[in-house]
Amino acid sequence: MKKANASLAVLLSTSLLFGCTQEKEGTEQADDNAKEVSASKLDDVSSEYREYAIGEIEEFVNATEEFTTAVSAGDIEKAKELYAPARMHYERAEPIAEVFGDLDPKIDAREGDVKDEEWGGYHRIEMGLWQENTTKGYEKFADQLMSDVNLLRAKVETVEVTPDLLITGAVDLLNEVSTSKVTGEEDRYSHTDLYDFVANVEGAEKIYELLTPALKEKDAKLAAEIQQRFDDVYGLLEKHKEGDGYISYTDLKESEVKELSQAIDALAEPLSQIGIVTEES
Amino acid sequence: MKEHTPKDETGLFTKKVSRRNMLKTAGVGGIGVVIGASGFGGLLTLSEQKAKGQTKDIVPFYGAHQAGITTEAQDNLYFASLEVTTDKRSDLIQLFKDWTEAAAQMTAGNLIGDTSLNTNMPPKDTGEAKELSPSNLTITFGVGPTLFSKDGKDRFGLKSKRPAELKDLPQFPLDALEEEWSGGDICIQACADDLQVAFHAVRNLVRIGRGKAIIHWAQTGFQRTKQADSQKTTPRNLFGFKDGTVNPDTNDNNEMNEHVWVKGEDGPDWLVGGSYMVVRRIQMYIEVWDRTILKEQENTFGRHRDSGAPLGMKNEFDTVDLEAKDPNGNRIIPEDSHVSLSRGDGKAKILRRPYSYADGMDPKTGSFNAGLLFICFQRNPSKQFIPIQERLAKNDKLNEYIVHRGSALFACLPGVKKGGYIGDSLFG
Repeated sequence: MKKANASLAVLLSTSLLFGCTQEKEGTEQADDNAKEVSASKLDDVSSEYREYAIGEIEEFVNATEEFTTAVSAGDIEKAKELYAPARMHYERAEPIAEVFGDLDPKIDAREGDVKDEEWGGYHRIEMGLWQENTTKGYEKFADQLMSDVNLLRAKVETVEVTPDLLITGAVDLLNEVSTSKVTGEEDRYSHTDLYDFVANVEGAEKIYELLTPALKEKDAKLAAEIQQRFDDVYGLLEKHKEGDGYISYTDLKESEVKELSQAIDALAEPLSQIGIVTEES
Repeated sequence: MKEHTPKDETGLFTKKVSRRNMLKTAGVGGIGVVIGASGFGGLLTLSEQKAKGQTKDIVPFYGAHQAGITTEAQDNLYFASLEVTTDKRSDLIQLFKDWTEAAAQMTAGNLIGDTSLNTNMPPKDTGEAKELSPSNLTITFGVGPTLFSKDGKDRFGLKSKRPAELKDLPQFPLDALEEEWSGGDICIQACADDLQVAFHAVRNLVRIGRGKAIIHWAQTGFQRTKQADSQKTTPRNLFGFKDGTVNPDTNDNNEMNEHVWVKGEDGPDWLVGGSYMVVRRIQMYIEVWDRTILKEQENTFGRHRDSGAPLGMKNEFDTVDLEAKDPNGNRIIPEDSHVSLSRGDGKAKILRRPYSYADGMDPKTGSFNAGLLFICFQRNPSKQFIPIQERLAKNDKLNEYIVHRGSALFACLPGVKKGGYIGDSLFG
């Protein structure tokens, strides 16, 4: 869950993107043309991203269905197995998913994020599964979670994806990694933080991919640098793979946690420059 | 927003200029230094700054030697030891170039980078030093032995350039070194009369290096401020004793050439005008010291605490006579005192530039986590710091109250001329 409310970002229209419009080049006509071209390109990217994110949310609905069914059926092992992979869809689409400030905490709040009596969602059930090793008494949380996720799916249709959302979203995803996944605080009972970690990185990479053509036009070197840093992060994550998934956070050495954290910093710094795509050529 | 002179109005600002054009102009003239992120009004040239008398808190960045070595010690230190993570020589060179540019800006009291108005990007400068005095900021860069080769690997084609002197310091008796406080490929020493200014400098340099280098360890340091001691008497360490009474005179070029700057005859060529920097992180057992009787404290240092005078003498700068005896024939300054052992035959001198640190509490013991980040500069560690430290490590009475936890040796690069970059003699 993200603490800050991201909904503001969606409300901003594309026209606000050009913070530099007070500067006028000598040849204004040509610039205005260029601006329109790049603005419409970015709009295309935004709608592509919207498709991607809605696709992830759809898969999240399906995965949550399986997960909550297992919980309701009392199948602890199955529920444990489904927990982390299901969450990955949500984590990939987080820039969009967490736009709904009321739903995000219901789905993804961790213990202490909200008042105890209001606490439900994935992490509440996670606590039951791993800490108490039970699903008993958690059926109602499963039902509520399913209905919240369905509501999310319905609401997501209304999201207007702006280039702003993309630009802040990519780095926000990595900030999520830096502040909660790499610290092991996200999945504190199941220790499946690396799944969320990977999903956040993949979500950021998707945005980068979509912006790459525009970015290459502005700064090919920056584009190449970002790609290299993504590769570096994936290279490190590769070491922690186990079967189809990832090792437990608790099996990471301190030095490996630090290494992962610094690799995210190294990636997020150049990635934070992607706003350059909004600049006049 | 800073005011600007009428000249600006008629020159740069009569027509509307794009940021790009403004930068071009600034670059060509070499005079435009962009200050402030709020717009064109923030443009102020260096010469204008001088006219405003702001140079009084500026230590020149360019010169034959790097600043921050013979510069009178500023009030605060932020020291960072870095590990280089890139394996490309070209990345490393670019990093030094970018650092040089940023360091020149920051030491002149300017923000780094352009004043990009694109609110869709993070600002180039992190901003916390905006409006602050340059605070005599100096930024000193050094290179460690592992930059030249690590685990036998010639990382950047520099292996053959490593001076014989640039290697791990020997293990001294009683050393309790911890890897997390030792070594490093590159060091950045930022000193300023304001800690925020010093931190800002290192933070921005580390940010520039993200993806190419990471922090290996870092330490803040302080000493009494000039405000608190307008007479600028010798600073006291956290044991309450004056530290640095006998230091070579930094205003005496001959002494500096003799003891501090690497000469042609010392080699290698790329380091001539540079200096070797020893860094030792020395933990001080504050609580133990506090319960030590004054006589013992003074015998430990070999000086009187309050005056700083050698034992048996009146004034701080009175001659240290190690042979002086009391009526019973005992040495007045004990042989195992810090003064006595540091001095040796008195020939080997180092330029000490230490800072105290206080890092909260040691969670294990509940004691203060405090001590000294000992820093010294010299021409030749094996003739200067190493023999001194060997004597101290073996016999210094002070060892009961301190322990060396960290250690590093760096070759501080020679100074840089405008147009060049720190390290150009090494990579060129």
